[in-house]
Amino acid sequence: MVDINEILRDLTYFYPEIVLTVAVLFVLIADLIPNINKKLIIPLLSLAGLLLSMIFSFQLFEKLARLHEIFNVQERFLFSNMIIVDHLSVFFRVFFALSSAIIVLLSIPTFKRAGEYYALLLVATLGMYLMASSTHIIMIALSLEIVGIACYVLAGYRRSEHRSSEAALKYMLYGAVSTGIMLYGFSFLYGISGEVNIYKIRETLMLEPVDNLLLLVSVIFVLAGIGYKIAMVPFHFWCPDVFEGAPTPITTFFSVGPKVAGVALLIRFIFAGISVQVSETVEQWISIGDIDLSLVLAVLSAVTMTLGNTAALGQRNLKRLLAYSSIAHAGYILMGFTMFTGAGINAVLFYVIVYLFMNFGAFIVVDGVALRLKSENIDQYRGLASRAPYLCFALTVFLISLTGIPPTAGFIGKVLLFAAVIDNKLYWLAVIGAVNVVVSLYYYFRIVKAMYLEKSISADDSALAVPRMHIFLITFLLIPTIYFGLFWSHLLEWTTFSFNFMLSID
Amino acid sequence: MGLFTTLITFIPLVGAAIITFLPKEKITWIKWVSAAATGLTFLLTIIMLLLFNTSMPGIDKEGQFQFVVHNKWIEVFNIDYFMGVDGLSLPMILLTALLCFLCVFASWNIDRAQKGYFALFLLLETGMIGTFCALDFFLFYIFWELTLLPVYFLIGIWGGPRREYAAIKFFLYTLFGSLLMLLAILAFYFTNEPHTFNMLTIMQNSGTYTRTFQYWVYIALFIGFAIKVPIFPFHAWLPDAHVEAPTPISVILAGVLLKMGAYGLLRISYPMLPDATRYFAYGLAILGLINILYGAFNAMAQTDLKKLVAYSSISYMGYVLLGMSVFTEAGINGAVLQMFNHGTIIAMLFLIVGVIYDRAHHREISGFGGLGSQMPIYTGITSFAFFASIGLPGLSCFRSEAMVLIGAFPVYKYITVFAVSGVILTAGYFLWTLQRIFLGKLQDKYKTLPEISGMEIFTLAPLMVIILFIGVYPTPILNLMRTSLNYLIFNVVLP
Repeated sequence: MVDINEILRDLTYFYPEIVLTVAVLFVLIADLIPNINKKLIIPLLSLAGLLLSMIFSFQLFEKLARLHEIFNVQERFLFSNMIIVDHLSVFFRVFFALSSAIIVLLSIPTFKRAGEYYALLLVATLGMYLMASSTHIIMIALSLEIVGIACYVLAGYRRSEHRSSEAALKYMLYGAVSTGIMLYGFSFLYGISGEVNIYKIRETLMLEPVDNLLLLVSVIFVLAGIGYKIAMVPFHFWCPDVFEGAPTPITTFFSVGPKVAGVALLIRFIFAGISVQVSETVEQWISIGDIDLSLVLAVLSAVTMTLGNTAALGQRNLKRLLAYSSIAHAGYILMGFTMFTGAGINAVLFYVIVYLFMNFGAFIVVDGVALRLKSENIDQYRGLASRAPYLCFALTVFLISLTGIPPTAGFIGKVLLFAAVIDNKLYWLAVIGAVNVVVSLYYYFRIVKAMYLEKSISADDSALAVPRMHIFLITFLLIPTIYFGLFWSHLLEWTTFSFNFMLSID
Repeated sequence: MGLFTTLITFIPLVGAAIITFLPKEKITWIKWVSAAATGLTFLLTIIMLLLFNTSMPGIDKEGQFQFVVHNKWIEVFNIDYFMGVDGLSLPMILLTALLCFLCVFASWNIDRAQKGYFALFLLLETGMIGTFCALDFFLFYIFWELTLLPVYFLIGIWGGPRREYAAIKFFLYTLFGSLLMLLAILAFYFTNEPHTFNMLTIMQNSGTYTRTFQYWVYIALFIGFAIKVPIFPFHAWLPDAHVEAPTPISVILAGVLLKMGAYGLLRISYPMLPDATRYFAYGLAILGLINILYGAFNAMAQTDLKKLVAYSSISYMGYVLLGMSVFTEAGINGAVLQMFNHGTIIAMLFLIVGVIYDRAHHREISGFGGLGSQMPIYTGITSFAFFASIGLPGLSCFRSEAMVLIGAFPVYKYITVFAVSGVILTAGYFLWTLQRIFLGKLQDKYKTLPEISGMEIFTLAPLMVIILFIGVYPTPILNLMRTSLNYLIFNVVLP
């Protein structure tokens, strides 16, 4: 029944994933070869794999444009509707490749000869690619597990460290439970629709009326699984412990990669699975059935950001503080989902890009400082500005951006999210968001205060020498953080383009 | 001509950039770069003043603005780089440029991290001038927020003993206010069809907004501006920030940043939300009265000279609010004149406090006495400033307070009657302070206190000239603003 030529043709749309898989194999083989400079070759191999995969992803844009020209379709389903290739999934492929490439570079000073570490990172990236493009519910579950299992191992990578093992165990237990709940939710969806592909599920649900309660329960169950990935309240408990326990480069990876993969899956699930566009021309969707999903998401968003921000207030360990801050940011991102509008999702896509720059930046500074001072405690940052002026300046810019103060990219991200909410007159959520920004200012600026306003506690006032790789990466992230705060048209056009082409009802 | 607005806004920023690239040991260079940048800006504003055509009102018509620059910036969102000057903003720009220039010299003795200090100071000037020039809402907001960070660091690093607390308190308060303003800006953006951030278009469409929309947006904007002014009960940050800030930053805070709040009300709330403005006018007048009395009583109770000055500025801003709320020609012109006068007088007062603090290292009013014989020139200057604050005829504040009260009396009789008592209270606490510091017996430990220095006189003298000039002959500055303000009140706010 399955045509072999069809599969071969599908494979040409699958190059980014194939390249990554090959890179994983190369890394593992290179790790076995004795007498080579593994310290250099393995990261280089991983980096080459990621960059090549990114190039192939960009090529997919051209292929999609050709498809659009010839067949007037926006997307292509691969392997009997298991995987979709559309602008949105390509957007996320590029995003994940970039984020993992930064992590590979960041890991070089820390993980010297660890082939399996880089292999796991690449496997997790492959999983994230698939999360952004799966349409079949089994495929969704599988891709979640690929990311999950790779991440559990990464979290516990420092076997000798007690905290690291604890983090891994917590991560895995929470992960197993929430994935279980999600699969349960999918089984409901399968039960009421008789379909396993989320696009098909929508078609069926649109045709026949469904039991609203059943639909609501199944959607909320699925949200539990996705919510765990993006650290949404009440599925966030793993986040602070894992962030604190895992080695910092891996924490950095967790703070953006898997989280954004969860966002990608959420976009796909909501907009392709359980809602329909009002009309061809209006960028407004409504959820199927008579359920107020908008309110559910709005409440989750408000609770998530409020809890994340208030819990961060009391933290003294910077990794823990940034963990709570990342929960808060998940709340901000959810604001974009509440309205089911194109503008909202554009804001989300814009925000995740900006979030990559600023959050990575903050974590890399923390990592660089921790490499020298052996601690992430905020007291260690007292008076640091005189010892590491550039690092402290960069961290200040990243924190300003995380708060959302102009002229940084984080401000534009927040403006777009607020705009999406206000456009649809959900004023209470916007006001809660604004109050949350003020709360977040307090704890972000506690770090700035420690660096610039307080006196150092240690007698050592020598300049802080961090690896050159860190300085390079920080500069690499600092430039877009400021640039996109002033000139952001092109970035926004790209996200708009990526989302607008996602949906067409076949 | 549009080049002028761009230049005065960004010359300080260029100065800040140059300073960042100077080595931090070259302190004299850093100071002279700052002096050059602020001086050039001030010079350009003087040229703008000479070129200014006082018959063009501005307010809500682009053609009536001067020195306009209007370019596309972010096309997707219709955000423009749109700046211009009219009779409302020019006095504020003049005040900003003048005070910044003088404050560079008042900062000459800053003893540590001069590089960071002057770079942040110049960044602050760009933010302030940009706020007064911007005519695009998004641009306005960016400049408005740009002032927050420098002030946080300037108070937090170079401030007094409780600087960390004061700095973050200032930041939290004002950020809360500006975020509400951001929400209001977005509400305007989406209510207008086609969506726009152009402030003038939003004003011209003011008739299309529903009443509920106007009221809610007015309240959101009002909280943002009220925190800045500050209007009771949003004033709690002010005594801390003003007292802990280093002298030149207190001058800028009281002289310019407070004006940004009142300016925001006039530039944004008034023409964009005329119905709500009329609806809330009585409330604004009452808040103005509370400010006058509350500030005056608090000032009277202070033992710290700087705190006294800080509370007195709450009292002054009350007159501004009262004048704004009555919609009469005398009232509105008096209010904006009062803004300008307060800027110059409060700058003098803070500089005077700084002079004595640098010498005696404390500011307890009761700790002095008899300084009149030890520092006669200083005593003379202080008396001048105190009398100007009290509103002595012949000095500038008398003009503006009298105009406000004359303008307000026909509209709100009882409020005005009580407001006049504020003048008496002001006289009370200033004269009492004068007596405690300069009269009586000189303490032995102050027998060697040096007289005010030439540099300090240099920062104070121009302000004295302006105060005296406006007090004697206010016509030029009133001509500058009258057309715009009358147009704002009688053509835009009142139907």
